[in-house]
Amino acid sequence: MATTITDVRLSALPPVTGRAGLRGVIASEFTKLRSVRSTYAAIAAAVVVSVGIAAIVGAASAAQIHHDVTNKVDFDATQASLVGFYELGQLIIAVLGALTITSEYSTGMIRTSLTAMPRRGVVYAGKLIVFTAVTLVVSLATSFISFFVCQALLSGTGVSASLSRATTVPAAQITTSGGKTALSGTLVISSGTVLTAVIGTALFVTVVALIAFGLGAIIRHTAGSITSVVGLMFVVPIIVQILPSTWRWDIMRFFPDAAGRVVSVTVGQTTAHLWSAWPQFCVTAAYAAVLLIIGACLFRKRDA
Amino acid sequence: MIEVRGLTKRYGDKIAVDNLSFGIEPGNVTGFLGPNGAGKTTTMRCILGLDYPDAGTVAVAGQEYRGLAYPMREVGALLEAKALHGGRSAYSHLLCLAQTNGLPRRRVGEVLELVGLADVARKRSKGFSLGMSQRLGIAGTLLGDPRVLMFDEPVNGLDPEGILWIRNLMKTLASEGRTVFVSSHLMSEMENTADHLIVIGRGKLIADCTMEEFVARASGAAVRVRTPTPGPLIQALAARGMTTRVADDGSIEVRGVTIEQIGDLAYSEGIRLHELTMLRASLEEAFMELTAGSVEYHADVPGQRPGAAIGSGA
Repeated sequence: MATTITDVRLSALPPVTGRAGLRGVIASEFTKLRSVRSTYAAIAAAVVVSVGIAAIVGAASAAQIHHDVTNKVDFDATQASLVGFYELGQLIIAVLGALTITSEYSTGMIRTSLTAMPRRGVVYAGKLIVFTAVTLVVSLATSFISFFVCQALLSGTGVSASLSRATTVPAAQITTSGGKTALSGTLVISSGTVLTAVIGTALFVTVVALIAFGLGAIIRHTAGSITSVVGLMFVVPIIVQILPSTWRWDIMRFFPDAAGRVVSVTVGQTTAHLWSAWPQFCVTAAYAAVLLIIGACLFRKRDA
Repeated sequence: MIEVRGLTKRYGDKIAVDNLSFGIEPGNVTGFLGPNGAGKTTTMRCILGLDYPDAGTVAVAGQEYRGLAYPMREVGALLEAKALHGGRSAYSHLLCLAQTNGLPRRRVGEVLELVGLADVARKRSKGFSLGMSQRLGIAGTLLGDPRVLMFDEPVNGLDPEGILWIRNLMKTLASEGRTVFVSSHLMSEMENTADHLIVIGRGKLIADCTMEEFVARASGAAVRVRTPTPGPLIQALAARGMTTRVADDGSIEVRGVTIEQIGDLAYSEGIRLHELTMLRASLEEAFMELTAGSVEYHADVPGQRPGAAIGSGA
């Protein structure tokens, strides 16, 4: 290493007009996200876990149906393929959401970032836009891959779901006079319903990741933020489960995890106590919006 | 280039910066001196908008730092060398900074070359030594070719080679007409680099002067006299209202006089002198004297006067 400053001539900077803004920050935040290993590790883990569970559920369901055809009744092949993603994959994506903002604080990078671009609202917006875009793409990919892998494993059962044509499942089982079990009735699942569930699940996971992002901006510590998002998405629902049944059903719909279960449904209704898919999705989105707004205010107001 | 007016910043009950005002002129190296905990870093954080002042204003190039169109083209600041994501390569780190201000990608390679990190550009900064991290941080400050550079304790923890490198760099930058604002808690670091000094203690301004003024204030403080007959000399000095102090080695120190006055006095009193020396207090001593009342945490040695030599013989 040179002891004295070398003779390197720095090239002249092009003249500029206007001011540095969102465009530069978006480019910068994308560079940040793709230049650390934790991003790839989190995305790979989310995909592997989600698709892996989709494969296990697909294979297991196929085996059950071969064993006993009554398992075909009301079988929701779409939800079966997505359950791993919206139950577990979402948590890994949420960790990425929290890390996107808390790693800036844990490393001290935030002070370098805000010195380079002191307009904090722009930094927050750029970070949010890049993270949302990346998460949405990853979530859509994970959702579709999970779906196709699971359907491939269910292909021999006659109840696999499809994005290109309507499919049917038996609506009920009846016991014939001879004491035999038979299937009756037909539920038709349109390909549109399936597509909505696959995309809706990806949107749900993206919104959960934004909840984690907002919590990260508020809490600023990695461990605390991850604990909070796990608490909100996993522990709170369990606590709700043990509340008195007289009123626990009435409050379940106000928690952000509920949407995952209804958005992914294509056959029947899981529970009458939740709203339908999109109103329930809006509950989760409302949590994300409130947390993101609080996070933005604190990000701007607090000393870095 | 930098105007600080009535800056006040509290952390809880503690006042970190207390009604501080100063201005920094372009084309100089301005040393920002004060003991640890004096409020130097807080002041710099307020200048950069990282902390919000409780009172007062800070302007860079005539406006709030936040309002600068392209902040990195105006100011290059390095507060902490390790304030970066260790998992990111040196190149990617600088690239993400450059992009925020729309700076061309080629600058990244150039500044890495300039600070001597081109060979490790693709290495993750986690494995960098403190010296290498400092160089990387400095590379970041130079990306936008800024007119103002701010460094907070840039030589802390560096080896002599690194210290020399940073000193030369600061001088080079100032010679190019840039404003260099550099903080330190050691006067010795400023002695050969700074043109102007801002000294603070406990968040308050103690001195804002040129290096020459500081040197003038520091020197001429005392005269050392050695004589085989100290008694008569002390008496003669006392008769003229001068205070003396007998040092451990038997020499006499007189404050507030010139060597000419003492020489003439000794001559007229018929006292033989073996030594007559102007004590040029080192800048470090002058600085310590100046800030003595404002040091946050003293390490008191029992039975030891501040400033007294340790283990000196009779």
